Amino acid sequence: MRGLLYGTISFLLIVLIWWAIKLGTGTPDFILPDPPGVASAMWLNAEMLARHAVVTFSEILLGLLFGIPAGMAAALIIFVSRWARRIAQPILLATQATPVFVYAPLLVYWFGYGLTPKVIMAAIIMFFPVTGAFLDGLRRTDPGMVDLARTMTRNVAGARWLILMRVNIPAALPALASGIRVSVGLAAIAAVVGEWVGSSAGLGHKMLHFNAQAKVDLTFAALAVLVFFSVLLWLLVDRLLRLAMPWQKDSATEEE
Amino acid sequence: MPSPRHEGVSPCGEADDVLLTNLTLSLGTTQIYRDISLTLPGGRTTCLLGPSGVGKSSLLRQIAGLVTGDGQVSIGNQHRSNPLPQIAYMGQTDLLFPWLTAMENVLLGARLRRQKPDTERAQQLLTSVGLPGVGQQRPDTLSGGMRQRVALARTMMENRSIILMDEPFSAVDALTRRRLQDLTADLLADRTILLVTHDPWEAIRLGHKIVVMSGPEAADLHDLPVPSGEIPRSEHAESSVSLHAALLRHLMVPGA
Repeated sequence: MRGLLYGTISFLLIVLIWWAIKLGTGTPDFILPDPPGVASAMWLNAEMLARHAVVTFSEILLGLLFGIPAGMAAALIIFVSRWARRIAQPILLATQATPVFVYAPLLVYWFGYGLTPKVIMAAIIMFFPVTGAFLDGLRRTDPGMVDLARTMTRNVAGARWLILMRVNIPAALPALASGIRVSVGLAAIAAVVGEWVGSSAGLGHKMLHFNAQAKVDLTFAALAVLVFFSVLLWLLVDRLLRLAMPWQKDSATEEE
Repeated sequence: MPSPRHEGVSPCGEADDVLLTNLTLSLGTTQIYRDISLTLPGGRTTCLLGPSGVGKSSLLRQIAGLVTGDGQVSIGNQHRSNPLPQIAYMGQTDLLFPWLTAMENVLLGARLRRQKPDTERAQQLLTSVGLPGVGQQRPDTLSGGMRQRVALARTMMENRSIILMDEPFSAVDALTRRRLQDLTADLLADRTILLVTHDPWEAIRLGHKIVVMSGPEAADLHDLPVPSGEIPRSEHAESSVSLHAALLRHLMVPGA
């Protein structure tokens, strides 16, 4: 509840600063619209914005659906197999060092203007934080816990597998959760980048068009919708992750 | 409370001695120790004292089969496979799994081995360490001393004849440590224990046999005569005080 209060305060603060800049500098509406102008543009175009928001958030959710499990699988494979680690690490590093956006035009070229290239783009962007964080968590499992588990599974068939499933993976879940949080934070960027390169629908697509037509109030309205739902998605995911890992304490939960 | 029968005890009821012969360990190019031979009297507690970094913990880990070195570990006259199957291990920290409840932690061995958990016995053990009511609590809700007692219950749950303890009480305050020592002496009275410690008083209170390891060679191992009397010994007895002085001499001047 307090989070909601503070959220509202910071939202109002941003609106006030924006309004003050607008009034203070006397910038015309076609350069910087005022908050009521954006609100009315949003209201008048609600149906259209909603339709495109659905497209963008489908891309985001599908990206998460593919990107997160793929990232987890990659981390697990690299963790269990030294061989896979040697092969995969240079590839991961090279891909991570490249700005992923450069793949976007190629994806459009290969998969057209529809949903597929955006989902792939989003999945690629969300893949890396999950892989990195989960792998880190798996590697940082308290060696004492692993030792203890090894002494307890002496002469047990598949001990290594059992220890992976019941020690390393649970121990790495909090790290995985931070990776997922980062990924969800990047989700909107991923989808919008995909839309900017080539698309026929979506909030990113509309923003590009409104900008070209100098409809700045509508650009702002689309942006606001994007930000609102992105933040909502992040908060939802964060809450779910906390519920799933009640043993993981951090400063944010201690405040409550 | 009479402790339940445990495996690894010969039919006549007396636990066999554990013989360590010419244990040698190198990690990478560094030799940790060489040709260490030591007998752990069956059903007794052997305390291994030594300055930090001398290889005490490594020796324990080799006996537990957590690192591979040369030499032989055998029980009684029978040569057993190295690592020993019937050991329980207790580390420097409690090593409770934070995502499991206290009860689930006590049942960790069964959980890892996919065996049917004996909840009734786990509850008995929690009661015997003085924590009958914490079964459903997670470790983060327990104090350091309570956590260490849960770890003790987990060790007893494994029901092994040989118990290897690596500075098990080093992370708790002095008073709690005393209580844990009393509890250990009481509950694990008939087990063959190797307890590594850097605390001379801990060795004096608990050791039927006290060995000082002051260097990596066989000649650096000194078996000190211990006073007779009930375990845990009183610190106030004159024999304890003079033993303490002798131990300190050995620890401070190697080979004295």
